[in-house]
Amino acid sequence: MVEGSIFQYEFVIKGLLGAVFASITAGLAGTYIVSRRMVFLSGGITHASFGGIGIGYFAGISPVVGAAVFSVISALGVEYLSVRQKIREDSAIGILWAFGMAIGIIFIYLTPGYSPNLLSYLFGSILTVTWADLFALGIMSVILIFYFGFFYRTILYISFDEDFARTYSRYVNVFKYITTSLIALTIVLNIRMAGVVLVISLLTIPPNIAMLVSRNYFTIVLLSVMAGFIGTATGYAISYYAGIPVGATIIFTLVVLWVLVKLMLKVINKIRTTS
Amino acid sequence: MATCLFEMKSLSASYGAGLVLQDIDFRVCGNDFIGVIGPNGGGKTTLLKVILGLVRPVAGELIFSRELRNSNNIGYLPQISTGDSNYPVTVKDVVLSGLMIRKGLVSRMNKADQKKADEVIEELGLESLAESSLNQLSGGQLQRVLLGRAIIGEPKLLLLDEPGNFVDANFEHDFYEKLRDLNQRMAILMVSHDIGTISAHIKSFACVNRHLNYHPSSEISNEQLLAYGCPIQLITHGAVPHTVLKTH
Ligand SMILES: Nc1ncnc2c1ncn2[C@@H]1O[C@H](COP(=O)(O)OP(=O)(O)OP(=O)(O)O)[C@@H](O)[C@H]1O
Ligand SMILES: [Mg+2]
Repeated sequence: MVEGSIFQYEFVIKGLLGAVFASITAGLAGTYIVSRRMVFLSGGITHASFGGIGIGYFAGISPVVGAAVFSVISALGVEYLSVRQKIREDSAIGILWAFGMAIGIIFIYLTPGYSPNLLSYLFGSILTVTWADLFALGIMSVILIFYFGFFYRTILYISFDEDFARTYSRYVNVFKYITTSLIALTIVLNIRMAGVVLVISLLTIPPNIAMLVSRNYFTIVLLSVMAGFIGTATGYAISYYAGIPVGATIIFTLVVLWVLVKLMLKVINKIRTTS
Repeated sequence: MATCLFEMKSLSASYGAGLVLQDIDFRVCGNDFIGVIGPNGGGKTTLLKVILGLVRPVAGELIFSRELRNSNNIGYLPQISTGDSNYPVTVKDVVLSGLMIRKGLVSRMNKADQKKADEVIEELGLESLAESSLNQLSGGQLQRVLLGRAIIGEPKLLLLDEPGNFVDANFEHDFYEKLRDLNQRMAILMVSHDIGTISAHIKSFACVNRHLNYHPSSEISNEQLLAYGCPIQLITHGAVPHTVLKTH
């Protein structure tokens, strides 16, 4: 009984910290992704990182490190191609997406023995989230807050109208590469929370909920973080008590939240127009 | 060159196959107000992009005065907006972005910047739309916002690519009045197909059809246009007037 309560206490702390950091990082990165229409690209990066997870298992290094290397390299690669505009971006991303998964599967099958945490990388898990994972996500939250805080308008204007930004700044590409790398790392760190399959929704559903209510970038970020926190905290609790992978319960909660907000706006509009 | 903003010497530009601009000698100085004319595909937009550094010359030189190069002092109204009108920015945000030509990397907008933006927005008759997002605007309103973005930074050189396309009869008078006022402080290069209208406001012509011919007067005749290799299409005015006079 005593042991149970200590275990529960640790779970609550981990769950709350995880929810706070995941919603901050996902809110900041997600708003950038959604408003710059990079959702498909981000999906490609996520799945490419699975190749890194497989190689990590095979080589006996941390799968998270493998995933980080893979996702940053593929993100920079796609961004570079889109700067050069020499290739159809959507096809390139589609290839990257499948290729990363293929490499991951090949190396996992080549790895002798059973890979115990494989499923947690695919679907997310609370039980395997370590203090180190949370620490990394916490650091990422701080980095993103400072980065977007200092360079708010610079990033906003480059995303809005890249060509115009090029007329006054020589650093447009530098900013694009840095931001994209940070996004790739954010995705990888959140894979521990939501899993490869569903992490992209953790980043993209909250801004979509926020955009139902606001068209101001800064407000959208704040609302996304709030929506993300509701989704992840609730998802964690459901996952823990029902024993369902946490990625699924988070996304389920977020979609329910999205529907609720949408319905509420409908009702409010009805009342406004009739009165 | 002392008072000139930039000078092109035997400059050529290309997008890969064939020269779009060839062997161009051209300079813009202090308070010039130049109408840039020429046929579709003649290279007018490309000329502006070369000045902005968006297209690199393949031959010749482009020399900027210290004034222009140091402060990035160019305002630009593109012919077709490259901005994403579904992007979550407000009208005021977009106008403020014109101040980035004076800002460093860490770009905070202070009280004075905000006030300046409010003034520009009011001058352009956009007060009621200041907090709107771009997808709520008409085409003409959007162009006014982009004009606001081009002028808010008080540049030394203003590049306008077919601004007349959006100007309605009501706004036209105010618009040219505003340009006259701005021209006291900056040089203006304005691309237009409406030679009749702009000749009343500009000081000289540059005719761009792969080559550039400079015409140092706001009066230009049909014969001269033909001689410059710059046949005009006065679509809206029907018959081509023999001589376009300074006042009309
Ligand atoms: N991004 C591009 N890539 C390849 N070719 C281009 C590009 N932009 C313009 N061109 C070509 O360069 C030539 C000049 O184009 P430009 O846009 O400068 O013409 P313009 O004088 O502004 O015409 P308009 O009056 O139609 O605006 C055209 O033949 C066009 O096809
Ligand atoms: Mg043009």
